[in-house]
Amino acid sequence: MSTSKLLGRALFACFLLWAGDLLAQTEDAEAHQLLTVLAESSSTQKKAAVLQIAGSGDVRSRGWLESFANNKLGRIESSGQFIIVLENRGRNWTVESALTGENLGEISRRDIDTVRVNNALRNELEGILSVIDLKSPEEHSRLTAARALKGSVDGTLAERLPELMNDEKSDAVRAALTEALAIYKVEEQGDVAAVATLSGSLNSEARAALQQAMRSDDAALVAAATEAMASIEQKLTLNRAAETLYFGLSLGSVLVLAAIGLAITFGVMGVINMAHGELMMLGAYTTWGMQQLMPGQPGLALILSIPAGFLVAALAGVAIERTVIQHLKGRPLETLLATFGVSLILQQLVRTVISPLNRTVITPDWMSGSVMINEALSLTLNRLYVIGFALVVFAGLMLIMRKTRLGLEVRAVTQNRAMARSMGIKATKVDILTFALGSGVAGLAGVALSQITNVGPNLGQAYIIDSFMVVVFGGVGNLWGTLLAGMALGTINQLLEPWAGAVLAKILVLVFIILFIQKRPRGLFPQKGRAAEG
Amino acid sequence: MWLTRPLQERSTRIFLGVLFAALAIVSVLHVFMPQDSALYVSAYTVTLLGKYLCYALLAVAVDLVWGYLGILSLGHGAFFALGGYAMGMYLMRQIGDRGVYGDPILPDFMVFLNWQELPWYWLGFDMAWFAFIMVLLAPGLLALVFGFLAFRSRVTGVYLSIITQALTFALMLAFFRNEMGFGGNNGLTDFKDILGFDLRTDATRLGLFIATGIALAIGYVICRGIVTSKLGRVSVACRDAEARTRFLGYRVERVQLFVFVVSAMLAGVAGALYVPQVGIINPSEFSPLFSIEIVVWVALGGRATLYGAVIGAILVNYGKTVFTGIMPDAWLFALGGLFVLVTVFLPKGIAGLLFKPGKSRDASNTPSAQEAAA
Repeated sequence: MSTSKLLGRALFACFLLWAGDLLAQTEDAEAHQLLTVLAESSSTQKKAAVLQIAGSGDVRSRGWLESFANNKLGRIESSGQFIIVLENRGRNWTVESALTGENLGEISRRDIDTVRVNNALRNELEGILSVIDLKSPEEHSRLTAARALKGSVDGTLAERLPELMNDEKSDAVRAALTEALAIYKVEEQGDVAAVATLSGSLNSEARAALQQAMRSDDAALVAAATEAMASIEQKLTLNRAAETLYFGLSLGSVLVLAAIGLAITFGVMGVINMAHGELMMLGAYTTWGMQQLMPGQPGLALILSIPAGFLVAALAGVAIERTVIQHLKGRPLETLLATFGVSLILQQLVRTVISPLNRTVITPDWMSGSVMINEALSLTLNRLYVIGFALVVFAGLMLIMRKTRLGLEVRAVTQNRAMARSMGIKATKVDILTFALGSGVAGLAGVALSQITNVGPNLGQAYIIDSFMVVVFGGVGNLWGTLLAGMALGTINQLLEPWAGAVLAKILVLVFIILFIQKRPRGLFPQKGRAAEG
Repeated sequence: MWLTRPLQERSTRIFLGVLFAALAIVSVLHVFMPQDSALYVSAYTVTLLGKYLCYALLAVAVDLVWGYLGILSLGHGAFFALGGYAMGMYLMRQIGDRGVYGDPILPDFMVFLNWQELPWYWLGFDMAWFAFIMVLLAPGLLALVFGFLAFRSRVTGVYLSIITQALTFALMLAFFRNEMGFGGNNGLTDFKDILGFDLRTDATRLGLFIATGIALAIGYVICRGIVTSKLGRVSVACRDAEARTRFLGYRVERVQLFVFVVSAMLAGVAGALYVPQVGIINPSEFSPLFSIEIVVWVALGGRATLYGAVIGAILVNYGKTVFTGIMPDAWLFALGGLFVLVTVFLPKGIAGLLFKPGKSRDASNTPSAQEAAA
């Protein structure tokens, strides 16, 4: 490669750099000019300057106006450079350049000349800022801005809205704007025609506007508003019902998770495992432990805790079976007492070894937040995940019970232990495996619970009585019964809660089950077969 | 007569003899020994012993249904607490205008909650006789209704245990509510006097201790009378083979109901004597943990012996006092371990260790032997 060519290229590169720089400089010069006008014009002319900035189409204009409204736009006296104040406490303020966004560090506040704003202008700025947002190229930010406008439209904005709506391409944004405008019209002008737009809206501002209209003197307006309100109420009732159902199903799926392992062990071995709640607690603590082992990766830790929680609880379950339960064959009441003793020991163990206080389990980002169905109904994501998880665990257990050799043997032993043994099934082995499975599922329940409740030594106790109720209600040894009973009890509890309060709702559910047991002593789906009367 | 028959038994005579001797010794040591003597029994100890005796009576009540009827009640704490609340309500009304707010009728917590008048179910509790009847009636009625529903539909075994637990759990939640009118979380406390005697004086405490001892003696004789009567034999038959007893023509559910109600009333009396000695009754007595603890007292002492229940209750609670004093953390380990050890290694309890099985008629007929054969 020749020297001249190299030199040519270098020159060309220099030219490009210079040209780019020049372009940026002219842009900055323009911006600087705009801001100078704003800073130097008198308070009556400031509005014109603001509108000029807003109309400039500069991406930075929103930031300027916002900081201007908050008294955070300023100029360094010595250099005339425009800055935005980031932190204005103390003598020295942290500032960044308004034009380049470069952090300029701390500057004495005496050197800063704030661009003053008056109250009248500040109020108008809100509307101007939202117009800027509404002109944003991103549909998402336009929609957010349009939704935020509901109930905060003022006269100047109302005049500009129809024009903006004409330019709007997205239907969702246009609908939101129409509603915002209608709220303004109903609230400020008592416009009867606009009432119809609000009919069926779930927005709380729209309801407030209608309620105000219902108190007005205009008979036609009152009639229209009342009608619109009725349709809103109807829609709201539906949404509330959907919300209650969602909460019910979410509580129900927790109950199903907690009870399903119990149903298996109780069904197969006739054993009440009072330590079941503590096995759940172990699962929850495993999640906590995994997150401690993997700091900064709560999501991965949570996913890994699913097998880990299952293993920990299953191993603990096998230990309980081998050391205590196998010595108490055929004595269900004694087993109940002994496993209760185990539960006390496990609880105290956690208190002594880890801490009597609750531990914090982090909810990963992809599980927090909520899905908004409409303005009156949003579903929290973590509960949605728990419902899904419960269903997956249920399906998995169903598969094991229906499609595997173990499931077949478990069902045989459940139906008639003596007969199953005489057919060559090793009942002891089935006992151990079932207990491991049931305990492992308790561990899974614990992992799920760690996402929606406090992880502490008392976690198991809080759920043990409820899970027994589910098992007893659903019928022993019947997985479908457990699913149905859990979901039903969760939903009943949530249905009662609004008018009875949380505690009374719980009491009523307990009383309901006590009475139900009188009618059907063996639950919703009693075991059939000759051995059932045992 | 069924009540006097136990008095001719050697075991009952020994039990009563030991009990009354203990009462007499404690009273004499308390009253006549100088305070600095090593043998002096302080008023604190007297009250502590009185508390143990209440637990012993409660354990006897549980042994009656578990040992002789085969019903593992995990809700006897509820009957105990109901008796206690009935007594507590009487003691609350006795405070009169000496409360913090000085209201002559309303207890302090009602004034605090801004209630204007006494709820209807508090009426009559200013009269001792009415309150004492309620001590028997409140738990008795609950047991009657609950037992009627449960036994009629033949709820047995672990199912029954679980719903008795649900019963006491539901009651605990209910009594925690301030709207119930039983003092909510704090329960009833700050008692001043009982039947005109100041509760804070040593003499009243000693009197309550002796009264508890006598109640335990009477309760023991009643239970012994029941289990040695024909009814008692039928109830043991129900325990060991419910279906067979029914086929033989006995009305199993009536026997169960009768024994269950008597047991609940005894538990209520135990609760009523417990409250003035401890000085407070709150919803924690309803907690499922307490109810299940009672069962382990009985299991440790020896099921279906009655005196074993007394031994177990006193031993476990003495252990609890000692343990919670020196190392509070270890108590739950000890209690949990006790549950496991007793059920696995000591199925007949301490009574089974003391007396070789086979000598007593009851011992040869334990349900474990029956179930193993079945």
